[in-house]
Amino acid sequence: MSNTITFSIDGKEIECKAGRTILDAAEENGIYIPRLCHRKGVSPHGSCRVCTVIANGKPMAACTTPVTPGMVVENDAEEVTAMRKAIIEMLFVEGNHFCMFCEKSGNCELQALAYRFGIAAPRYPYLFPHREIDFGHPDVFIDHNRCILCARCIRTSREIDGKEVLGFVERGPRKKVAANAEHGLRETEIAVGDEAMAACPVGALMPKHVGYQVPIGKREFDHEPIGSDIEKEAKASTK
Amino acid sequence: MAQSIEKLNRIAIEPVTRVEGHGKVTLLLDDRNHVRQARFHIVEFRGFERFIQGRPYWEVPVIVQRLCGICPVSHHLAAAKAMDGIVGVDQLTPTAEKMRRLMHYGQILQSHALHFFHLCSPDILFGFDADPQIRNVIGVAAKHKDLAVQGVMLRKYGQEVIKRTAGKKIHGTGAIPGGINKNLSITERDELLKDLAQMKEWGLGALKLAKDYTVEHLDWLADFGSFPSNHLSIVREDGAMDLYHGRLRAIDAEGNKIFDQVAVPRYIDYIAEEVRPWSYMKFPFIKSLGAEKGWYRVGPLARVNTADFIDTPLAEEARREFMAVTDGKPNNITMAYHWARMIELVHCIEKIDELLHDGDLQGEDLVLKGERRPEAVAIVEAPRGTLFHHYKVDENDQVVMANLIVSTTSNNEPMNQAVRKVADQYLDGHQITEGLLNHIEVAIRAYDPCLSCATHALGRMPLLVQLFDSRGNLLDRKTR
Repeated sequence: MSNTITFSIDGKEIECKAGRTILDAAEENGIYIPRLCHRKGVSPHGSCRVCTVIANGKPMAACTTPVTPGMVVENDAEEVTAMRKAIIEMLFVEGNHFCMFCEKSGNCELQALAYRFGIAAPRYPYLFPHREIDFGHPDVFIDHNRCILCARCIRTSREIDGKEVLGFVERGPRKKVAANAEHGLRETEIAVGDEAMAACPVGALMPKHVGYQVPIGKREFDHEPIGSDIEKEAKASTK
Repeated sequence: MAQSIEKLNRIAIEPVTRVEGHGKVTLLLDDRNHVRQARFHIVEFRGFERFIQGRPYWEVPVIVQRLCGICPVSHHLAAAKAMDGIVGVDQLTPTAEKMRRLMHYGQILQSHALHFFHLCSPDILFGFDADPQIRNVIGVAAKHKDLAVQGVMLRKYGQEVIKRTAGKKIHGTGAIPGGINKNLSITERDELLKDLAQMKEWGLGALKLAKDYTVEHLDWLADFGSFPSNHLSIVREDGAMDLYHGRLRAIDAEGNKIFDQVAVPRYIDYIAEEVRPWSYMKFPFIKSLGAEKGWYRVGPLARVNTADFIDTPLAEEARREFMAVTDGKPNNITMAYHWARMIELVHCIEKIDELLHDGDLQGEDLVLKGERRPEAVAIVEAPRGTLFHHYKVDENDQVVMANLIVSTTSNNEPMNQAVRKVADQYLDGHQITEGLLNHIEVAIRAYDPCLSCATHALGRMPLLVQLFDSRGNLLDRKTR
């Protein structure tokens, strides 16, 4: 029995090992599928839906859907792009994302996706929720205003750092990341060197005291859109 | 002051044009149509001092600069200097301090160029009474093309300096608590050096224009919206003009020192702010003189008056000429602000020249750390005058108190004085004439007020002037 299966993305025939997700198989073939909650090295979550593709005619999360033989995937399609843009815009209006002074600007995946999709302003009304900030820890803080509930910090902290310091509490619009302690982060073992700190795609879980130390022009997404690294690798390997 | 306001006629000029932001002027007249009360209103409110509370201290230099799009660098640097204090750093590395100074001089250069060429030059080139359709920057571009181009290019140069020090031309991130986030590469330095000689030539040309205009019209300008006043700025320890760092000095109209070499954190022992119910702008005053007599002017005129000397040769030569006009005494002529502003513009170009030839700008030692402190005050001389930033930060690193005294706030009472003086001179009966509007605006404009800074407002409205009789009936109405 062959361990390789064949499927197509946007009409392009692709081979991959059986058991791969659509997102991983695409990435191995130099096709970038936008994502926010997905992070290499930790278990997929499938919650943000930014990686939505049309697989065999149905919208599916590419980060959790395994490839099947002959699967037809639409990634670069008008319908898909429209869904992704709507999701990104909803994330913007749901929280309080002030890019103009946010220390994550230029390194923020949410902002970078908005730029990649050419979103100048969200079509939905801002909700301006009242959110708390946990500044009690000497080296680390959580600004819930910017949290998009992707759970990357929670999964990374558990699976990579081996700590039980973060988790979700509440439901619906009140859902939030919380420290596994009565009085917030300062009573947990979270440390500035944890891999979880690097996992946050936005400016929610951040190290203290070091904001803006990377000058404009040297930040991650200052020069090329998010996903360019994946697309570049593909171009380089086909040369 | 008017005793019985309900019996007075009221004239409103709204908004005042060619200033940064917008405000309005009301004049209250008595039965004989003499100006009894003049008020320059700032009618908007933004409240930055409140909404940065709760934010982490390192965010402040980036947030507060959003007060303004004209001189954000001043707020960026004043906040960064205060946050140096919060992180316990009293002396930056040479690279950090010089990069910040370069950013500051670029900022003052672009702001002064904008004001002189775009906002003020129509008045002095075409005359105060010229048709408003011509008396604007488009009119300057049509009739004095070279000058208009120089204004644009000088401003652009200043913005390029800011971009290479702060990362962006507007609202960058260069200054961080304890230092700076980049140095100046050799390539960036050479790009800036390339156009410097041309900037110097144009700067000297603008200085000559401002000087010649003031000297030629001295007799008339000496009385136009002018009045004796106190002057305040920071100066270097040796008394030199220093726009980035120094200690407070205040002098009276005769040049006598009211206080000198006051350490910045002690400002609160010397300056207080009065609140008046009709304006969102506060009225700062020198405590020892009281609210009535303690108001003072800030900005280019005050700085040239307070400084013992300027440490760059061309600007110092110009300062001497400037001071000679008043026999070495402080110059109290409102319209002399323009001349003083151009002296500073030349000073900034000389300073940029000096810094670009300093190898420290290519240093790698950018940020220092010290022991955290709960409170800090910092001052810079912004283009429009002395800018105070005062913060308290709690043990969780969150701002719990912010007090900003911006330049235009300090010039609040002087602008009211200038309006009253001019209105009294040019009001003709109870008709609103173009001449009256023009002259009041010219006097206010001399202070280069930034109303978005002072109350933190944005926007633009058509000019509306209304004249009311003592019973509130509308007598005259004019729009522009």
